[in-house]
Amino acid sequence: MPVKVRIPTPLRKLTNNEEIVEVQAKTVRDAIAELQTRYPGIKERLIDTDGSVRRFVNVYVNEEDIRFLQNQETPIKSGDEISIIPAIAGG
Amino acid sequence: MEKNDGFMKALRCRECGREYPLNATHVCEFDFGPLEVVYDYERIKHCLTKSVIHGRPETMWRYRELLPIAHEPTVGFQVGYTPLVKADRLARQLGIRELWIKNDTVNYPTLSFKDRVVSVALSRAKELGFSTVACASTGNLANSVSANAAAVGLKAYVFIPADLEEGKIVNSLIYGANVIGIRGHYDEVNRLCAEIAGKFGWAFVNVNMRPYYAEGSKSMGFEILEQLGWRIPHHTVVCMASGSLLTKIHKSYQEFIKLGLVPDAKYRIHGAQASGCAPISTAHKAGMDFFKPVKPNTIAKSLAIGTPADGFYALRVLKETGGSGDDATDDEIREGMKLLAECEGIFAETAGGVTVGVAKKLIASGKIPANDSAVLCITGHGLKTLDAVVGHVGRTREIKPSLREFESLLNAENHSELLSR
Repeated sequence: MPVKVRIPTPLRKLTNNEEIVEVQAKTVRDAIAELQTRYPGIKERLIDTDGSVRRFVNVYVNEEDIRFLQNQETPIKSGDEISIIPAIAGG
Repeated sequence: MEKNDGFMKALRCRECGREYPLNATHVCEFDFGPLEVVYDYERIKHCLTKSVIHGRPETMWRYRELLPIAHEPTVGFQVGYTPLVKADRLARQLGIRELWIKNDTVNYPTLSFKDRVVSVALSRAKELGFSTVACASTGNLANSVSANAAAVGLKAYVFIPADLEEGKIVNSLIYGANVIGIRGHYDEVNRLCAEIAGKFGWAFVNVNMRPYYAEGSKSMGFEILEQLGWRIPHHTVVCMASGSLLTKIHKSYQEFIKLGLVPDAKYRIHGAQASGCAPISTAHKAGMDFFKPVKPNTIAKSLAIGTPADGFYALRVLKETGGSGDDATDDEIREGMKLLAECEGIFAETAGGVTVGVAKKLIASGKIPANDSAVLCITGHGLKTLDAVVGHVGRTREIKPSLREFESLLNAENHSELLSR
């Protein structure tokens, strides 16, 4: 199913400066796998060596942090939007 | 021409150690780890001695070699060096031998510790050539960015949760800043700002300027050590939102040890959160080195960050120094605000109530021993969060302008006081 992925600035060198990339995926895990196929190297930026999302990376499906959903198993459907955002300091 | 970066050497990723040039950038391109300023401590050791510090004006800039700007500061010359108050009456109430309040409720110009971080971030933003500054804020930071930007003619955009206390909104608008209220909580504001910062060429103090911005908090710690007579307090209690202030207080103690300005000594740093948003203290209590994000629900809105960016490092500091983490409920927060006000004449915002409330628990449970001494970091003024205490602080008794009415009021009250004894 086609979903949009918003790519954060630090990763756009890998996506030829594309800010939004469309992928076909059923879960967040699928989406990251497809990103990796198209933009080799992107997965290791997002996922650490034991397979979980890096601790300074926040992933959202629509407006919700995937840690409040089902993490990488969070299902996605056509028209959803995934955002990848670095953690930010307080204010 | 040789590039002059002052006493800074580079930005370095706290996770993997990769180094980056000293630009407006905040995360490692490789693993998204936060970037931190690396200093030339050997050179600083020669320049920054106690007598040099003594000879400088009483502001946070007396430690300027340890703050990340290349040249002299251009924003916020008067910030810092707030009073360290010996709080004997509060000490008696809480049951501890010696207690100090580091009182940033009277920081210049916007009555919170944020003036420290903002004067550093904006001075650095000017060095890097920015003319527009911005921030994501729970209120205090927005106030400080608005005021300090106005004072030097920078354009300011501040992004806040739309439901903030009215005082905190007016305190940004008055300076002519562009105040954007976001219908959502701070973590959502933050998320939006990360996207905006990637798109517009602005200096976002807590996004792309964060490595410089965050270092400003160290000045609160430096001042505590100097004001205590060049020694490290055994116990320091710090409130936690993102956890950044707590980690920087720790760093300030470590830097003064490294430079030989204070004797190396064992100390504990304790973290205070609101019960309605306590991801860091909850994780610490459970013995975990990672936290679970939460959806905030507390009157301490300035601490309402459910996904604390420095949570991992704050947890590490608590663990390494043997400190504790605890939380205070809304009622305990108000009670803490009242205690501080009634005992010491200091009106702190809700975050100060959190710090006092948690300190009370830690002393009662012996985690801070009764025969020891502690410093409480109080970070913002109570006039900014009036909404939180209105209706909880007694009421005005109204009378006609008549002596007889006043006397009968006193008589009635003394009578009911006698009855209630």
